Amino acid sequence: MTNSFPDLEEAQVILITGSNTTEQHPIIATRLIKLQDKGAKIIVIDPRYTQIAQIADIYLRQKPGTDLAWFNGLMHVILRDNLANQDFIKERTEGFEELKAKVADYTPERVEEITGIPAEKLVEVAHLYAKAERSAIFYCMGITQHTTGVQHVWQCANLAMLTGHIGRPGTGVNPLRGQNNVQGACDMGGLPNVFPAYQPVTKDDAREKFQQAWGVEKLPAEVGMTIMEMMHGLENGKVKAMWVMGENPSLSDPDINHVNKALQAAEFLIVQDVFLSETAQLAHVVLPAASYAEKDGTFSNTERRVQRVRKAIEPLYGSKSDMEIICLVARKMGARGFDFETPQQVMAEINQLTPSYGGITYERLEELGALIWPCPNGEHPGTPFLHKDKFARGLGLFHAIDHQPPAEEPDEEYPFILTTGRIMFHYHTGTMTRRIEKLDREVPTCVIEINPADASRIGLNGKNKVRLQSRRGELIAEAKTTERVDPGVVFMPFHFVEAAANILTNPALDPVAKIPEYKVCAVRVELAE
Amino acid sequence: MEYKNVLTTCPFCGTGCGFFLQVLDGKIVGVLPDKKHPVSQGSLCVKGWNAHGFIYHEDRLKSPLIRRNGKLVEASWDEAIELVATRLGEIKAKHGPDSIALLASAKATNEENYLFQKFGRAVIGTNNIDHCARL
Ligand code: SF4
Repeated sequence: MTNSFPDLEEAQVILITGSNTTEQHPIIATRLIKLQDKGAKIIVIDPRYTQIAQIADIYLRQKPGTDLAWFNGLMHVILRDNLANQDFIKERTEGFEELKAKVADYTPERVEEITGIPAEKLVEVAHLYAKAERSAIFYCMGITQHTTGVQHVWQCANLAMLTGHIGRPGTGVNPLRGQNNVQGACDMGGLPNVFPAYQPVTKDDAREKFQQAWGVEKLPAEVGMTIMEMMHGLENGKVKAMWVMGENPSLSDPDINHVNKALQAAEFLIVQDVFLSETAQLAHVVLPAASYAEKDGTFSNTERRVQRVRKAIEPLYGSKSDMEIICLVARKMGARGFDFETPQQVMAEINQLTPSYGGITYERLEELGALIWPCPNGEHPGTPFLHKDKFARGLGLFHAIDHQPPAEEPDEEYPFILTTGRIMFHYHTGTMTRRIEKLDREVPTCVIEINPADASRIGLNGKNKVRLQSRRGELIAEAKTTERVDPGVVFMPFHFVEAAANILTNPALDPVAKIPEYKVCAVRVELAE
Repeated sequence: MEYKNVLTTCPFCGTGCGFFLQVLDGKIVGVLPDKKHPVSQGSLCVKGWNAHGFIYHEDRLKSPLIRRNGKLVEASWDEAIELVATRLGEIKAKHGPDSIALLASAKATNEENYLFQKFGRAVIGTNNIDHCARL
């Protein structure tokens, strides 16, 4: 997030898109609803009529996969009606003329044709967002899990810069992270192209710095493989061994029939996890990992807030923390630099090599509770909101982007759009939450959502099981009728192994961020008798 | 009887709510929200309230497992670590560092992710490191 919860209290307008906030981030939703009680307006733009959409002051429903168009439509109206922040544009941005030319074509009427959003509603939202003194955008995976995901994120930035709603309290572009430490895993260099703090592996001085610190002669200079490329690599034999730390790609990745084939092709697969996950069942070696309650460490939340994880009990059932396991293997391989006994010692090394975490020590966390990075040194108070006086690159760059359809559109053979997501009671692939009785009791299995009109057309009266087929696979699951989805759209959560949504999903990737298009694929829906 | 509250961070989503794990005689018995927490301000969602619910589940792995004749069988830590180190060493020597890939974790701590990528880059010599952030 560019901003943090305390300063976001000052927002007057909150635009939420692609986030099922009340189910996925309930506590954030609670905070936003409190703001609404105090007079802030909530706008929700989402293909599903979720709970937060029901609470919203204005709700717009777009067809899945048409987000680029409505963003352009909002900017069209803002420019047409002279609501742009010209000072901000002049002083802090570049590329404005290209953007202006691009959005000129996106009249509300044309946008209505593409997205299904009524023209007058689009105008209303544009005025509300632009005219407020402080407006904040929130988005989640509904925005990023598309082949055009990165462009969606650019559009959020375009909109915020056009109106100057960034770099101040109560504004900004605020992604809500799904998994608890996605932010931290990225910050720490769990990515193929960067060291910790996003220092590129392709840059000589970055490599030299880490070579020196780690005492190795030569670090690899080429960008590594993304997860999808690793899977292809396993299949075509380029990748022989894989080590999976606490993830379950066998259920979370798109087109899992294909992923499972890839994992089975591994010559040597190591999985460390708390439970025997679907992925662990395919492993050659399974290492029992301690749970969060059995170890010390830090997580970085969606605000970039670094907080302590504290050990409440010793590792159970002979398990070991991921830290200890990594150090044991490294030392066994004869490596130096893995003699850590506590996470605090690891953090001290992180402080040296990760400028944004330079001042985030355990001592300070003990004293202050949390620190929001960038926090470059031991005196720095942390940075609750980014881009105050300038952007990381200097001037903010506008990106002019045309509407593009999703990689797979419904057709005669596969007439429905399938969109996937999460539900309130489960976390990711359910390895932990499905073993918590109180949570599993609430929603014990997968239920697909379908519009009543479609349900009666396929004859779903009284029967509650449907067969879903895509070009990649098929499955059977329970269905319930609901207006939460438009006709022609079905929704399904991905937590459940017995009806695994990712058998169906399209592995088509965003070319830049390599995010798969979980939010749109074409399926056929029939009665399962 | 020994009782303590241990302040920690919820592992179930990116909001990062704070709560206390209640520990009675070395056993976790419950969760208490943290009123002073800057994010959650004393609230938790149903997942947070039940965040201790899986810790003692009977399905917890109880020992390292090694695949022998197609089946996963129990093994000691020494054996398992030895096997991992040897096989990774062999595969690296025979097929090069880029024949090995590592999946870090959006559920693990910062320190663990840092060490894992350090292991991949410095010990194996590959940048084939990614995680399920996009998912
Ligand atoms: S309590 Fe709920 S909202 Fe808060 S971090 Fe945990 S899962 Fe997320």
